[in-house]
Amino acid sequence: MSVLAHRLREPSVIPGFGITLGVTLTALSLVVLIPLSALFLKAAGLGFSDFIATAFDSRAMAAYGLSFGAALVAALVNLFFGTLVAWVLVRYRFAGKRILDALIDLPFALPTAVAGIALTTLFAPNGAFGSVLEPLGIKVAFTRLGVILAMIFIGLPFVVRSVQPVLEDLESEVEEAAASLGASRLQTLWLVVLPSLLPALISGFALAFARAVGEYGSIIFIAGNMPGQTEIAPLLIIIKLEQYNYAGATAIASVMLIISFVLLFVINRLQHWRQSRMEGR
Amino acid sequence: MQLDIQNVSKRFGTFQALRDVSLSIDSGELVALLGPSGSGKTTLLRIIAGLETPDSGQVLFEGENVSDLSARHRQVGFVFQHYALFRHMTVFENVAFGLRVRKQRPSKGTIEAKVRELLHLVQLESMGDRYPSQLSGGQRQRVALARALAIEPRVLLLDEPFGALDAQVRKELRRWLRRLHDEMGITGVFVTHDQEEALEVADRVVVTHRGGIEQVGSPAEIYDHPATPFIYQFLGNVNRLSVRLHQGAARIGGLAFPAGGFENAQDLPGIAFVRPHDLGISAEGTEGIPVSLRHAVVIGPTVRLELEGPDHLTLEAELSRSAFDALKAHPGQALWARPESVRAFLEEGER
Repeated sequence: MSVLAHRLREPSVIPGFGITLGVTLTALSLVVLIPLSALFLKAAGLGFSDFIATAFDSRAMAAYGLSFGAALVAALVNLFFGTLVAWVLVRYRFAGKRILDALIDLPFALPTAVAGIALTTLFAPNGAFGSVLEPLGIKVAFTRLGVILAMIFIGLPFVVRSVQPVLEDLESEVEEAAASLGASRLQTLWLVVLPSLLPALISGFALAFARAVGEYGSIIFIAGNMPGQTEIAPLLIIIKLEQYNYAGATAIASVMLIISFVLLFVINRLQHWRQSRMEGR
Repeated sequence: MQLDIQNVSKRFGTFQALRDVSLSIDSGELVALLGPSGSGKTTLLRIIAGLETPDSGQVLFEGENVSDLSARHRQVGFVFQHYALFRHMTVFENVAFGLRVRKQRPSKGTIEAKVRELLHLVQLESMGDRYPSQLSGGQRQRVALARALAIEPRVLLLDEPFGALDAQVRKELRRWLRRLHDEMGITGVFVTHDQEEALEVADRVVVTHRGGIEQVGSPAEIYDHPATPFIYQFLGNVNRLSVRLHQGAARIGGLAFPAGGFENAQDLPGIAFVRPHDLGISAEGTEGIPVSLRHAVVIGPTVRLELEGPDHLTLEAELSRSAFDALKAHPGQALWARPESVRAFLEEGER
């Protein structure tokens, strides 16, 4: 055991490796790992061919495509607007800044169903925005666009809160140095500021993406939930559960989990690589 | 490049950082802006660079008004106290930055050759692939300098360039900067609050105080003839005496020294400054200030005496080793201190 422990870690003067790792693994097991393995176990009860048939039928495939595709689009949109919001909050002083800052977190606190109902009311064909957009041929409510919109709403705070502290710590001297070397504002932004923010941008993107993939409450109100069209994967799971098809529900959940894990792992590595380059490790 | 600053003022909120400052810097000169923090020296440097806009007044490069030119177009090299290197770029990329962002971007080969040449100049040839976080403070500052020199600046501006470095590295970089300046002949202005640094490195020293210029002169002039009580005290290592100013003379302990500008004074209170090495010490005599020796410290070839005078006055004197030995003084002994030259000011004039 002690030999194993020695192989697992580098010698360090920081005490408490054993106990902190122990507590971490126990907590992680109880809260995350055991429920997840129970999920896979349940799905495994289905048998291989049944699993494939349930998890990869055309309705499920469409749901995965919508869930991950819309989440990707929403996270990209959030990446842009979230960074912009963080920039405004950090760089400028204006009346009501503190209120705006506090408003950013609302999507965190709001029950997502409330958000869904509010968005649907606004964007329904007879709603305040919907009645304007509809004659222009833009349908939001009960379409994929609505799904993306709801995902943007719930994902925005993640990007803002990831980028904001890093932007605050960025020395203005670095930008002044770039300017004195002859760089334009755009060049400074692109070559100096954004690369410094990249690790924060990646983690904000990852969080917003993960949140959007898992989102359920707000989307089901605005999506319309037409199978194969605007039906997200989490909803499909609920439908299976309501039909007492527990194995089918867990099969779809397993697929979602694996895809999410792979994507988040890749993003995480990407961020780590970027960060380590900057810190020269 | 000839650099002129004309009647520049700058205010931050209620704080007057610069008031009506004018200064001319000759082509090829290395000038130190010396002053305590808050004296406006950094603000002045930033105004020259275009990083700060003056409220009034103008900055001329070679006679041409550049006040409305942004920092980007002034072609000045600016070195920051905390280096301000681009952390996500290698040393090579940092130095190449100024060349790569140019409108007419030089060819890859030209950039490569130029960067190599600069890295050679700052003695960091082998460090091109490192990231700033892998370098020591002194190396980072040299990268910052190479980066600033890459754009072939019209003037090189350095803001407390050695402030964040430890004493040894600081001394080394100081000499090296002086040498570099002599080789390149570039006009340079650096800000410092370290009088030793200013006197050692600069051709000319500009002493700033409370947003204004107190004195401009060569290091020797500044040291030998400080213009104001403030400079005496800021440069340090000086004795301060109370004197009476009377009809063009400063009187102290039965001695009278000529005090120009006070010809009409009638027994006014004044202060006088005497440097330790301008204080003659003798065992016998009747003129001068009666003092007793508190203790003596031998520092190489010189001896520093701490003397106690009347009214809790503490004086410092510096003697050569042989003069001290001839004195045969021991702690507690009564001596006479006789200033050989003093500079007197009116007491109200002291700021």
